[in-house]
Amino acid sequence: MKKAKVFRPTAFAFPYLAVTLVFVIVPLILVLVYAFRGADGSFTLQNFRQVFTEPETLRQLGKTVGIAALSTAICLVIAYAVAFVLASQPFNKMAILALLFVIPMWINFMLRIFALQSLLSVIGVGKGFAAVIIGMVYDFFPYMLLPIYTVLVNMDKSYVEASRDLGANPVQTFFKVTLPLSLPGVISGISMMFMPIFSSYAITKTMGNMNTTVIGAAIASLFENVNYGDYGYGSALSFVLLLIVLLVMFIGSLLTRRTAKAPKGGKA
Amino acid sequence: MQSKAASRFYLILRWAILGVILLFIYLPLLMIIVYSFSTSQSVGGAFGDFTFALYGKLFKNAKMLAALRNTLIIGLSSAALATILGTTASIGIHYMRKKVKSAVDVASQITVVNAEIVTAMGFFLLMIFLRDTVKTPINFSIGWLIITHTVITTPYVILTVTPRLQQLNPNLLEASMDLGAGPMRSLFTVMLPQLAGAMISSFALAFTLSLDDFVVTNINSYGANIDTISTYVYSGIRKKGIPVEIRALSTIIFVIVLTALIVYNVVKNKKAKEQAKKAS
Repeated sequence: MKKAKVFRPTAFAFPYLAVTLVFVIVPLILVLVYAFRGADGSFTLQNFRQVFTEPETLRQLGKTVGIAALSTAICLVIAYAVAFVLASQPFNKMAILALLFVIPMWINFMLRIFALQSLLSVIGVGKGFAAVIIGMVYDFFPYMLLPIYTVLVNMDKSYVEASRDLGANPVQTFFKVTLPLSLPGVISGISMMFMPIFSSYAITKTMGNMNTTVIGAAIASLFENVNYGDYGYGSALSFVLLLIVLLVMFIGSLLTRRTAKAPKGGKA
Repeated sequence: MQSKAASRFYLILRWAILGVILLFIYLPLLMIIVYSFSTSQSVGGAFGDFTFALYGKLFKNAKMLAALRNTLIIGLSSAALATILGTTASIGIHYMRKKVKSAVDVASQITVVNAEIVTAMGFFLLMIFLRDTVKTPINFSIGWLIITHTVITTPYVILTVTPRLQQLNPNLLEASMDLGAGPMRSLFTVMLPQLAGAMISSFALAFTLSLDDFVVTNINSYGANIDTISTYVYSGIRKKGIPVEIRALSTIIFVIVLTALIVYNVVKNKKAKEQAKKAS
């Protein structure tokens, strides 16, 4: 009887569903179509052949993974140290202090990169690999810090106290208690940095040189040509990136599932 | 047992870590602010006299002002559209059956998890398809940028509004309908006012995400000759032709963002403390 009265305004989602269909699903289908379409409109694998046989593309893909892995690792270590300090006594009482670390998130990133680049050129760090890594760390730092800090500051401190009471030293306590419990924050921080770096050609093209590039640049540079018509190659490359995103997400979800299970002590 | 000296050393060490990183974060911004009062050709060069000349120049630079105006138009319109679209979507999704709901949730996360360059490429191909294959009389334009920004920011609105929606007391809506208000009226007079806070936060979030966007804007302004702050500064740095008055513009933006956020958070903390006092 009560069921009949339940209000189900699902129709409110229809405009959004229509927008998602036209502007999210259809574009992905178009990427797929153009990736397998030759210049004359027939089906072809030529675009993928071009992606996988061109040494430059593969080299760029390798460099992207290298830059992403290195800058994510550096950013993780720094952000973890800062989050750990901010979550400890007496710093956890200073809300504004933590805020100061994430405020840059709200400032246009290109202006921040411009500012950083000005500083680097003053202290003598020219365009190149080091500048790119510093740029990535600088740009993504608040996004790495926030999830780790949130986990650490909300962590039940009695676990740490129990570990100390039972005789573990601070280092043991950190590696056996704090670090495992903070892994969800770490994973979320990594996922907010690693994949987005693939598209961060704004940083490599402004702070890097010919040898430092990310794969996103290969797609973007197709657009710098005014008579751009090579949609096929760009689409094939996008399709490959899409597969990489799916792979990374799959690995990420496996890791999250494992770490989520751990503290529950085997409970399903 | 830690000795007093050791714990003091530990405290200083922790302050040092925070200090060094804060310096790393703010030194570049500070340098731009300082050099916005100098006509030195390069940041870090001879300072010369303290002057507001760059601020005067900024208001005469038509291209830079146009980029600022485009950024604001795109940001405000797409944030407004995304807030409406995302809030109505959240309400609809909230009342969906579980299976449909999880399918929609996956669809709404596509642009969030996807590499932005792929999303940008997809938008580009959609425009090419609509323009050249379907022969629709549309082209790359500021309107197109507003649409693309709306599409990429709406999922974040849904992520902000949905948790608030789940906290609402469902009895209120039922009570309203029991008392004779129709579903539409109940929605507007009972549910929407309770979502106002979440809608304001999501508008602010969508606005900042739009201001910050580079990749989608860069690729989808193809041939339209539209610059936002991001694309303007990008091409300026690449062509080494970035006018010095960008420092004045940067300074204005830094100062507005810094003060707005600090004031907002100080007020919020004070209110939270007062409420905690009242409660105890």
